[in-house]
Amino acid sequence: MAWAKKILRVNLTDGSIASEPLNMEWAQAYLGQRGLATRYLVEEVDPKCDPLGADNKVIMATGPLTGTMASTGGRYSVITKSPLTGTVACSNSGGFIGAEMKMAGWDMIIFEGKAASPVYLHVENDNAKLLPADQLWGKSVWETDELIHKIHQDPQIRIACIGRAAEAGCLYSAVINDLHRAAGRSGVGAVLASKNLKAVAVRGTLGVGNIKDPKRFMQSTGEQKQVLAENAVTGQGLPAFGTQVLMNVINEIGAMPTRNMREVKFEGAHKISAEAMAEPRKSDSKPNLTTNAGCFACTIACGRISTIDKGHFSVENKPQYWGNSGGLEYEAAWALGSDTGIDDLDALTYANFLCNEDGFDPISFGATVAAAMEMFEQGVITTEDTGGIEFKFGSAEALCKAAEITAAGEGFGKDLGMGSKRMCEKYGRPELSMTVKGQEFPAYDPRGIQGMGLTYATSNRGACHLRSYTVASEVLGIPEKTDPLATEGKPGLVKAFQDATAAFDSSGLCIFTSFAWTLDNVAPQLDASCEGDWTAERLVEVGERIWNLERDFNNKAGFTAKDDTLPKRFFTEPANTGPAEGKVSGVEQMLPEYYDLRGWTPDGEVTTQTRDRLDLPS
Amino acid sequence: MLKSLHISPDKCTGCLQCELACSYENEGVFNPAKSRIKVFTFHQEGRFVPYTCTQCDEAWCMQACPVDAIVVNTATGSKDVLADVCVGCKVCTIACPFGTVNYSQDTGKVIKCDLCGGNPQCVEACPTAAITYVDADATGLDRMRAWAGKTDNAATARA
Repeated sequence: MAWAKKILRVNLTDGSIASEPLNMEWAQAYLGQRGLATRYLVEEVDPKCDPLGADNKVIMATGPLTGTMASTGGRYSVITKSPLTGTVACSNSGGFIGAEMKMAGWDMIIFEGKAASPVYLHVENDNAKLLPADQLWGKSVWETDELIHKIHQDPQIRIACIGRAAEAGCLYSAVINDLHRAAGRSGVGAVLASKNLKAVAVRGTLGVGNIKDPKRFMQSTGEQKQVLAENAVTGQGLPAFGTQVLMNVINEIGAMPTRNMREVKFEGAHKISAEAMAEPRKSDSKPNLTTNAGCFACTIACGRISTIDKGHFSVENKPQYWGNSGGLEYEAAWALGSDTGIDDLDALTYANFLCNEDGFDPISFGATVAAAMEMFEQGVITTEDTGGIEFKFGSAEALCKAAEITAAGEGFGKDLGMGSKRMCEKYGRPELSMTVKGQEFPAYDPRGIQGMGLTYATSNRGACHLRSYTVASEVLGIPEKTDPLATEGKPGLVKAFQDATAAFDSSGLCIFTSFAWTLDNVAPQLDASCEGDWTAERLVEVGERIWNLERDFNNKAGFTAKDDTLPKRFFTEPANTGPAEGKVSGVEQMLPEYYDLRGWTPDGEVTTQTRDRLDLPS
Repeated sequence: MLKSLHISPDKCTGCLQCELACSYENEGVFNPAKSRIKVFTFHQEGRFVPYTCTQCDEAWCMQACPVDAIVVNTATGSKDVLADVCVGCKVCTIACPFGTVNYSQDTGKVIKCDLCGGNPQCVEACPTAAITYVDADATGLDRMRAWAGKTDNAATARA
């Protein structure tokens, strides 16, 4: 079974809390987490609603394998309509709170309405209560975590909460759990803030049982852990270097977006890479990286735990930042570093700590700072707009200050908190915003890795690398090598990755397992634990259904084929160096074939035929 | 030959596979709240430390039990709780200096590590060999080997 088969529904407007049975018919069609919660969202939320209004809902959802011994089986997602993009949002996080929700007996928590004053939800198994959070409002994530543990005198509570950035209206604010794991993208934190919901604190002691065939499950999860251990990426690269293993690789192939994505290679990459994180520093001969860390049940353990040099200008008088916290992942190192032209590892780590401490997405933040730097360079904004900060490419001081004012929502930090699309529009230069559907790009240049261009253009939550990570194929050769500069065959590749990823994201497992696993490795674990017959083919179908359900929501929210595109820069400014030199993105050539493979109209609408084939709701 | 659990915190990633394996073996569910081994996170220090019963020879818990519900398993050396004898008085939980015997609300008895009868599941589940099950008389062997490997033969020869 693996599902707890129970949903906790919390109405913030009237304060009522109810337990509901999980819709098992939907669970068979949409599996769990991303897929299943989206099915609930589609049923209950008007796609045209104001994302920050009381009509929007926010769902915290686990998958059937969350809380089990399957490797990486600790994921949870936050599903809502995004205030950053206006599309469906699904932000996935690891850490421990997802498993704790399941241990408490819940597959999902659905929040609806809006509380009159700040509240937090405290869940102890069957017992769930909304409690006043006036004393927590205005506090950072780290302070909130400490206070809630103190209030309940229980060190074992797991907490997800928002920080000051969300309260200040930052449109890419995150929901942070376990101090430094993030449901990071698309501004899901701002939705919690709009509902006056500060935190969710969970303690579960019931455990996860009801495995369909326990013996087969233990055997299968054991075998699949072995596959992860023996794979070069999941068994060696990720534990040793984290996702930062990519920094030098991507830079070398000329696909490292640099200085607001004008260039494709960063000369300072080696100073902010995994190798640099492991290098002992002069002041105390300790490296930036203290250790690697695993999320719940994860046998890969790619997480970075790091410190900042105590003598660095950002923290020299701030002992509160001298300890360890979640350190740089590749995406953060790229956005805070390469995209801004900054090669100061400690400054990047400090900015990343602030993103953890006050809950905002380092990708969108770094990319927005990069856009501000380009506007500053062009004289569109000056120190008068920025409150005296010199937003120069390469300025570590500017980055650190920018993080501080964005965390607090002060001064120019309000503009930065809008995200680059709105900020660039405000100053009359919308073309300088490197976004799709309002969400900032991640760390792969679509000129140098053509499949990623199509990935960004068609992602259901705006620019995102986690919706179809074709880098695996185009750069790393997983499951087979394709030419990163070619557009031929990419529509099919992107579709296949999108569908498979949707299934991974709905299972409770981490997408990083897919460096070693395909759905053939996932299916036996699901089949041994969940009701029904689960094969890889069925999971592909579930993934495709989820993709179309999300697309349909976006279409109903007003998005059309016109929105499936990239900023002008990628069509008019060819890559300046490296293997992709002279190349622009071929997205426009790939889209018609992609729509056709999807069974959509040339306008990107889901056809009746496709709808019937996948049994989508009307 | 008796074996001991041997824990190397520097190898631990905090993933809790050991807690899941322990609870599954002993309770039939995945439930860290019911695990006999616990992993502690020292966030500021960036450290993860698994901790469980060391199976003391002169076990305080065993000495303190007023109803002789804790007995030596002669095959493994573990100190096992006889659930049908335990009255849930919790004196052992007070006596244990390390806190590794704990009361279970669900059963009204205490629970502690029993080395899974000689096949500790935490060891099986640990992905990084932070928990191993080794010769009880040679738990220092790996560390000795590591230091031995650093010995400078040339220097020794000259001396």
